[in-house]
Amino acid sequence: MAALKLDYSVLDAPQRATDRIEADCAREIHGDVHAQNFKLPMVENYDEFQREVVDYVKPNHGTTTLGFIFEHGVVIAVDSRASQGPYISSQTVKKVIEINPYLLGTMAGGAADCQFWQRNLGIQCRLHELENGKRISVAGASKLLANTLYGYRGQGLSMGTMVAGWDLKGPGLYYVDSDGTRLKGQRFSVGSGSLFAYGVLDQGYRWDLSVEEACELGRRAIYHATFRDAFSGGTISVYHVNENGWTKVSGTDVGELHFEYYPADPVENPEGGKGAGGGKDKDAAGDAMES
Amino acid sequence: MPHDGSGPTTRANWSPYDNNGGTVLAVAGEDYVVCAADTRMSTGYNILTRDYKKIDQMSDKCVLASAGFMADAVTLKKTLKARCTTYEFQNDKPMGCVSFAQMLSNTLYYRRFFPYYTFNIVAGLDAEGKGAVFTYDAVGSYERTNYSCQGSGQGLIMPVLDNQLKTVSPLVLPAQSSATPLSESEAVDLVKDCFATAGERDIYTGDTVEIWIINKDGVRKEYQELKLD
Repeated sequence: MAALKLDYSVLDAPQRATDRIEADCAREIHGDVHAQNFKLPMVENYDEFQREVVDYVKPNHGTTTLGFIFEHGVVIAVDSRASQGPYISSQTVKKVIEINPYLLGTMAGGAADCQFWQRNLGIQCRLHELENGKRISVAGASKLLANTLYGYRGQGLSMGTMVAGWDLKGPGLYYVDSDGTRLKGQRFSVGSGSLFAYGVLDQGYRWDLSVEEACELGRRAIYHATFRDAFSGGTISVYHVNENGWTKVSGTDVGELHFEYYPADPVENPEGGKGAGGGKDKDAAGDAMES
Repeated sequence: MPHDGSGPTTRANWSPYDNNGGTVLAVAGEDYVVCAADTRMSTGYNILTRDYKKIDQMSDKCVLASAGFMADAVTLKKTLKARCTTYEFQNDKPMGCVSFAQMLSNTLYYRRFFPYYTFNIVAGLDAEGKGAVFTYDAVGSYERTNYSCQGSGQGLIMPVLDNQLKTVSPLVLPAQSSATPLSESEAVDLVKDCFATAGERDIYTGDTVEIWIINKDGVRKEYQELKLD
């Protein structure tokens, strides 16, 4: 008589669900994010599916960011606009991610990709500190990010970032993108407005710039990018990194900066004062109405 | 699961998404938050129902409003609600609004390659009792703001909110106060006006507006009738 054997396994199900959530959380805490955590669609043409999805969900995009090393440290300057196609979805995006008091990351490309992976980088850097008892180098931090992104190569991530900071070797600046590229350099500009920013930056750059001059150069370069690139704008934030860590130097609305760089001149008005031309036109219009 | 054809079912032309329309909106104040959504659910030119609630309470002082694809929204909310319940049992306190906002971001991002087609706003009170609004894109990028609008009426309502409520950017240095310059009742009136306006020009917005108001006294709901055409 084996008829009365009841199956109680359904009662375990909620417990299993809880365990899974806990395991998910634990993985997140350890910065251990593997591909199997990401649910993938079961389609034959994955690339086409991704293209359709991007068309559907219109993730946030667009940016100008720049960073450069000079005699007194590193300067980072960014705009704050995010757009979904032609719609400006935000003018107040924080594109500089403060990884720790000595490390900054910048975001260009997909906003979600940058936010998520820079936060993940923050976790990895903190764990490095706890394991080794000392801060991670800029080279190390940028390589952690580059390795992570290389693992997702070809899957459609879109990121162009700079990792900047100060370590035992002094100032550091690296460019890391979602193709897996990692470059060490003295001057970088990333994003849709980067070419405009490069124009101003390369023209005005010197090694022996003072801190004030350097911050002004960064600000001016981003300003001119917002002027010519429709996908850049909002507020310009400037950061300075030296041996004591980073500080935010300024946050300025582009609208106000415009009148600093191009003051409105009320004096010169070639049409003003004569009045004859305007009057004549008016008469002509009147005649037309009558006839 | 790999997408190399070894999985259970593989389809060449598989379109898992639909847009059910609808508008969601939230305004944060010093000590309150107002969250509103219309109750129309459509597909194409058909109205499926005039009484679909897009706002759900996730924890003590935190609600989630979703527009976009409702099947995804339901699945998402079910997952989040389960995590909130688990959190409350394990920590003996409800999940805070700011924590919930980060959790939603992570949840959305873990579907980065197969997104939830939902446009979300989280509204609630933070640890200091101040109004908080978090606004998201479909794959989890998010930002804390004073007000936000998403869904089919976004393009009509956001300019009105900017005009009435825009304050100094929180990125500006030296920092300036960027609190919403409205009382709770003024904010509710503004929200009602916004929906009345959007209902006139957006075919996916109409029927009823459900308005949630959260303040130190708790959670309250109001309803406003819109035109049914």
